[in-house]
Amino acid sequence: MKVHTTGTTAFGRRSFALGAVSVTAALVLSACGGGDAAESSDSTDLASAGATTLTMWVDAERSPALTDVTARFKEDTGIEIKLVTKDFEQVSDDFITQVPTGKGPDLIVGPHDWLGKFVQNGVIAPIELGDKAAEFQESSVAAMTYEGSTYGVPYSIENIGLLRNADLVPEPATTMDEVIANGKAAVENGAEFPFLVGMDPKQGDPYHLYPFQTSMGVPVFGTDENGGYDASKLELGNENGAAFAAKVKEWGEGGAGILNSNITADIAKEKFNAGASPYFLTGPWNVPLAQEAGINVVVDPLPTAGDQPAQPFIGVNGFFISSKSQNSLAATEFALNYLTTEAVQDAMFEGGGRPPALTASFEKAAEDPIVEAFGKIGADGVPMPAIPEMGAVWADWGGTELALIKGQGDPAESWAKMVSNVEAKIAK
Amino acid sequence: MVDQLDTPVRSRTSAPQKKTRRSPDSTAGLLAKILLLGLTDAFAVYVLMALFMNEKWLILAVATAVTVLINWIYLRRGGLPAKYLAPGVLFLLVFQVFVVVYSGYVAFTNYGDGHNSTKEDAISSISMSAQKRVPDSPAYQVSVVEKDDVLSLLVTDPDGGVRIGTTGEPLEDVEDAEIGGTGKAVGADGYRTLNFNELLSVQQEITAIKVPLSEDLDDGILQTADGSNAYVFKPVLVYDEAADTFTDTETGVVYADGGEGSYVSDSGERLPTGWKVGVGFENFERAFTDPDLRGPLVSVILWTFTFALGSVLLCFGLGLFLALTFNHPNLRGKKIYRTIMILPYAFPAFLAGLVWSGMLNQEFGFINETLFGGADIPWLTDPWLAKFSVLLVNTWLGFPYMFLVCTGALQSLPDDVNEAARMDGASAWRIFRSIKLPLLLVSTAPLLISTFAFNFNNFNVIFMLTGGGPRFSDTNMDIGATDLLITLVYKVAFGQGSGRDYGLASALAVIIFIIVAVISAVSFRQTKALEEVNS
Repeated sequence: MKVHTTGTTAFGRRSFALGAVSVTAALVLSACGGGDAAESSDSTDLASAGATTLTMWVDAERSPALTDVTARFKEDTGIEIKLVTKDFEQVSDDFITQVPTGKGPDLIVGPHDWLGKFVQNGVIAPIELGDKAAEFQESSVAAMTYEGSTYGVPYSIENIGLLRNADLVPEPATTMDEVIANGKAAVENGAEFPFLVGMDPKQGDPYHLYPFQTSMGVPVFGTDENGGYDASKLELGNENGAAFAAKVKEWGEGGAGILNSNITADIAKEKFNAGASPYFLTGPWNVPLAQEAGINVVVDPLPTAGDQPAQPFIGVNGFFISSKSQNSLAATEFALNYLTTEAVQDAMFEGGGRPPALTASFEKAAEDPIVEAFGKIGADGVPMPAIPEMGAVWADWGGTELALIKGQGDPAESWAKMVSNVEAKIAK
Repeated sequence: MVDQLDTPVRSRTSAPQKKTRRSPDSTAGLLAKILLLGLTDAFAVYVLMALFMNEKWLILAVATAVTVLINWIYLRRGGLPAKYLAPGVLFLLVFQVFVVVYSGYVAFTNYGDGHNSTKEDAISSISMSAQKRVPDSPAYQVSVVEKDDVLSLLVTDPDGGVRIGTTGEPLEDVEDAEIGGTGKAVGADGYRTLNFNELLSVQQEITAIKVPLSEDLDDGILQTADGSNAYVFKPVLVYDEAADTFTDTETGVVYADGGEGSYVSDSGERLPTGWKVGVGFENFERAFTDPDLRGPLVSVILWTFTFALGSVLLCFGLGLFLALTFNHPNLRGKKIYRTIMILPYAFPAFLAGLVWSGMLNQEFGFINETLFGGADIPWLTDPWLAKFSVLLVNTWLGFPYMFLVCTGALQSLPDDVNEAARMDGASAWRIFRSIKLPLLLVSTAPLLISTFAFNFNNFNVIFMLTGGGPRFSDTNMDIGATDLLITLVYKVAFGQGSGRDYGLASALAVIIFIIVAVISAVSFRQTKALEEVNS
């Protein structure tokens, strides 16, 4: 039998080996090809010939806003910008590892909370905005500032707001208690949920709950004299923390049922778009679909749970220049002098739909009441901390809130334990 | 796996066969060879040229050697084994050996956030970030001008005064400057003004120009980033090359190379940007001595073994059972059943994890809502149920492979042995246990070992399904009941504390590699024994 199979398997094997080799070869070829392409864009001899090419990394979500703009820039200045679309989860890590090897891009687009890591790893150069800083919304420039220097040119601001289905609840509310009462009333009138917020069933969602937390006086970090976050002042553990923890448990599954850890972002979106809830705590990205679904969406200011303003985290998107860019002058020309113009910021808003950071462009965009409402909420917001220490906060913060939402543990105790865990990690 | 049986035979029979056909190669074969080798060489020459232009000498030397070697192997007569082995060995070296060696190297460094590059890079980037604009200083408009190959900045004050200067030459007044439309000086006597395209061709020289504002360096220096605007900067940290220290210009604090890849002051304060240095066995020490790690490590290791073994047994058991069932000669529609059975295998594990995590959602999941009629079973949030769910999903994902393998192996089992056993009056169970299973194991045991090794590091299923949770309450690390060693490594090295620590991650990966390698080596030795007994 062994001899019998030999002939056929020998053939099968050889063709398999050939196939395997050619597949691997193709992989190698494509891998090397990619690398070489990146290399040649860096080489200086191209620049001396007068044809400067800039490389810019961008993720799929942010790239539509930029294709037109870069094409126009080429027409105006002759400088070509090669957009390399990468996966959002990877682009910042790749940037940090590639820049030191000289194979990174000249520019990268992304949210401001990458700043801390970028500066820590020495991969971006400061950009002096000069007089242009005044033309941007204050919070956007503040977000792009790290340890006293500006590192990025902002182009859009994002934050969450409270979406209300005006058919179910006609009047806006200002406090969380009113919101809960309205929601419960709506449930009695046939709605399925009093309030919706998308949660991660594994990690909770401290980002969306942050406005309630700030309204009870529990920011994550305190600030230093320049207004930047100071990792040595962990405000999570201040005297109001336990009260907020108790509130989370009270709203959770064992209590009022406002927060439900089983409702993921997708489920929340689906239910709100089906008209099953009067409220949905989310960002502008979920508005177009809700409107398409025929929901009468109004954006309300964030309700407060305590006596202080409800401040959401704001995320500012911007352009950063690599510290190893061989074309820093051209890159600066593009980022600082071209992207900061009103026409370009208008165009990026049209292309990408993110509220512009340039005040003049924002005012134009704010003719849309939804954009205006989110903008007003964002004006009170605080930048998402960009300091690397923030990385030590998320896991414990989310885990603790998740447990409280599920009705597990004593609020004061678990909150205190979370704070000491975070402190230990930051100290490391 | 079937091939395992006939390897020794094949090498004996096929080699001479080949030889007789060899002497004049068939035309098609020769053409294919020339074409393939030509393509390879063309690509190699392209790569070599690129390397030469970029002055990467070491890689160039290695690449040249490899190219020569490949040509030598394929152009000479004889040496047939090398012709077969060369591509495989080459790819093995590039994709496996190099990666393993590099991870090993990283394990002995502090590579990670804050220690990302070389010391030179760290110094230049600290110096770059330390340049702060002097508060409330005016903005200057500039033109870049050139005289005797020296680039200078022609500076227009906000109040209209025009001055000129360059690196090492403080600003001095210029008479009769040519003023442009916006009130900005665009030219001066004896100087040639660069246009935008010229700026681009010398951009690095321009951004390097540092014009002292006056003779007194404390007034700051003027720098431009775009060739049209300049601002006054003053460093908050000054680098002293001779002493290799940074000095804070305001407080006078001196930061010196602390020997651990960053600049540290006497009071222990360190500058955020550091560089990569070797740290010896420190990462391994941390893996074993960090109390936060040591505590949960035992239960994680136990669960990792349980998960890997359980996955192998369940997948193999189910796969074998189904393979036996569907191997019945009289079964109709076998092909359809088999195709359906293999479907989960075609599903990306990544996606399957996400889909299952949705289906197992406690309140809205398909399993609870439809199958259990609205029950409230915490599939993913109860520690024991989560372990069960993970195993269940992994079995769903893994059994088709085992089904496939077992079907193939079963079909290649000789019928005569089976028949002989039946003649001797053995029961079906007895035939399976004493004849089929041992014969099957000869060919499938190596696959079971590799499946074990794979599941030992099965990151996707765990991460997509439970994320390692639910969390242990007795540790301050984010480690949970379904965490495997590999997800623990990921969380410890990337998810927690103040950033990613490639050094620690590599050290932990090396430890896992050693564990898996030892287990595999021992098991392979066992299989060899199995093979000898049976053949």
